[in-house]
Amino acid sequence: MSDITIPQPARPWQRKRAEVARSGVSLALVGVISFVIVLFTGFAGVDGWAVTIFLVSAVLLFIRGRKLSTKERGNAKIQLFITAAAVLAFAPWISIFGSVLIKGIVGLKLNFVTTDMRTTVPDDDLTMGGALHAMLGSLMMVVIATVITLPLGILSGVYLTEIKGRFTFLVRFVVQSMSGVPSIVAGLFVFTTYVSVTNGPTALGGALALGVLMLPTVARTSEEVLKLVPDDLRSASLALGARQWRTTLMVVLPTVRSGLITAAILGVARVIGETAPLLLTAGSNTAFSFNPVQGPIASLPIYVFGMLQIGTEYAVNRAWTGALVLMIVVFALFYTARKLGGKDKR
Amino acid sequence: MSSTAAVLNNPEQAFAGLETRDAHAWFGNHHALSSVSLRFPAKSVTGLIGPSGCGKSTYLRLLNRMHEFIPSAAMAGEVLLHGNDIYGESVDPAAMRLKIGMVFQKPNPFPAMTIRENVVSGLKLAHIKVDNENDLVEKCLSRAGLWKEVKDRLDASGGSLSGGQQQRLCIARSLAVEPEVLLMDEPCSALDPGSTLRIEETIKELAEKITVVIVTHNMQQASRVSDYCAFFLSDGGPGVLVEADQTRKMFTNPNDSRTADYVQGKFG
Repeated sequence: MSDITIPQPARPWQRKRAEVARSGVSLALVGVISFVIVLFTGFAGVDGWAVTIFLVSAVLLFIRGRKLSTKERGNAKIQLFITAAAVLAFAPWISIFGSVLIKGIVGLKLNFVTTDMRTTVPDDDLTMGGALHAMLGSLMMVVIATVITLPLGILSGVYLTEIKGRFTFLVRFVVQSMSGVPSIVAGLFVFTTYVSVTNGPTALGGALALGVLMLPTVARTSEEVLKLVPDDLRSASLALGARQWRTTLMVVLPTVRSGLITAAILGVARVIGETAPLLLTAGSNTAFSFNPVQGPIASLPIYVFGMLQIGTEYAVNRAWTGALVLMIVVFALFYTARKLGGKDKR
Repeated sequence: MSSTAAVLNNPEQAFAGLETRDAHAWFGNHHALSSVSLRFPAKSVTGLIGPSGCGKSTYLRLLNRMHEFIPSAAMAGEVLLHGNDIYGESVDPAAMRLKIGMVFQKPNPFPAMTIRENVVSGLKLAHIKVDNENDLVEKCLSRAGLWKEVKDRLDASGGSLSGGQQQRLCIARSLAVEPEVLLMDEPCSALDPGSTLRIEETIKELAEKITVVIVTHNMQQASRVSDYCAFFLSDGGPGVLVEADQTRKMFTNPNDSRTADYVQGKFG
């Protein structure tokens, strides 16, 4: 038998329970004092609460700080300010998402995602009618826009990183300027060149306008991910006797496959909430139309816009629910992009 | 040139068909390599040695036109394969590189491909039909000394291998297109001593069938693996070929005093 004792695993870098309890107590203390102050003074509302909590924390820190060393006190002060700044930066996001969630959840019933507004008027009860047609319309336009834009975006990325032709500077300049084009201008462009010379607002018109807005995002993201491919791989392929286009097609593009999917998703997320260009090019409708070149089509942003314009209680409810669905879609898209984008980094 | 004769002073050694005549290389205005004439012996290992910046890697990259992918690069002179200048107008560089393969300093298997796909990638990239892919994969991996280690996981990613294994995979990949000449640019400099030894054994076995040209800054390695050596040196100006001969002679009784100083470790 060996008499070597194996030590118990420990985590000396973690905070002790007493320390955690102490900070919990001071947090509770801050809460109680702030509550009392808010109750008995004129401070109220979110901003009142924020100011009160910040001031109380500062005072408490000052009192407790006398027991601490100078370094610890400095650390605690900076921590308080950084936390306050972070909360401040995060507040608008919380506020937006919170209000959309609270107001939108009211109308988020099964019928909202399974029915359209064909037989329902906006003032009907929230258990009737929905935004299925708008969701399908958005989906259809985004899919068409992606099918048109993704190859173009990837090709311009390939031109900038692989071919490095004579017009590299021009292409990059145009792509960068395009990302600054106001969305209504993109809408007007498609309106004058396509919608007004054919049979009015259609899904294809909307998709073209969205494509104009999507292209710079897809092209720039494609360029960025293609730049990440090490030159070693290109050399290896060329040294094996491959031509440049085979190298690009079989080595470079597969290496960044998930990055290119991310480019597409970022492009979709960029345009799925666009309203202004769709007003001109896609119009609005109460039902889904399967023909992309015939008749106006609904979309989620236009649905929200339309319902808000009607302005009655139930219509506004519907608008908020539409906004909530839109936010969930965008959130899911960015989450997927993050997940896929992380895979390439070896 | 004396060096031209030097490489071939062994009458039993056949000529590999690859030679340079008065080859120069530039990067922009920088003259990196001056007037190198060298004939390579067949089915043997020729080591290119010399201190950093002497132009040995540049010379190697001239031999299969990888030099031209550096934007400011330029060259002069002739690189002949079986008497035809590979820089000639009618030459297809991609087809030429099938005959003169290359292994790089850093292992660079294709990360999006499996081990099996990596081995046959050269053929797929060059549109060459493979009749019996499994046999080819086994043959190439065996020649590269990797078969036993990976035969049960051919469908794993090439990136899952260790550095030394990745480099042997790159060698197997180069062998699949059956090159006449294999150029190796410091293939062991990123590897540990054990992997280095394995690769050196592989190189010696390869030289029974093909011509190998290897750049190395490791003199022990040059003396271990090479049959012939070419010593490059730059005295601040462009790199020149000082001397080329059988490795044994280069390391024991070189003609040039600078070669003697270098192989004895007096500088570099």
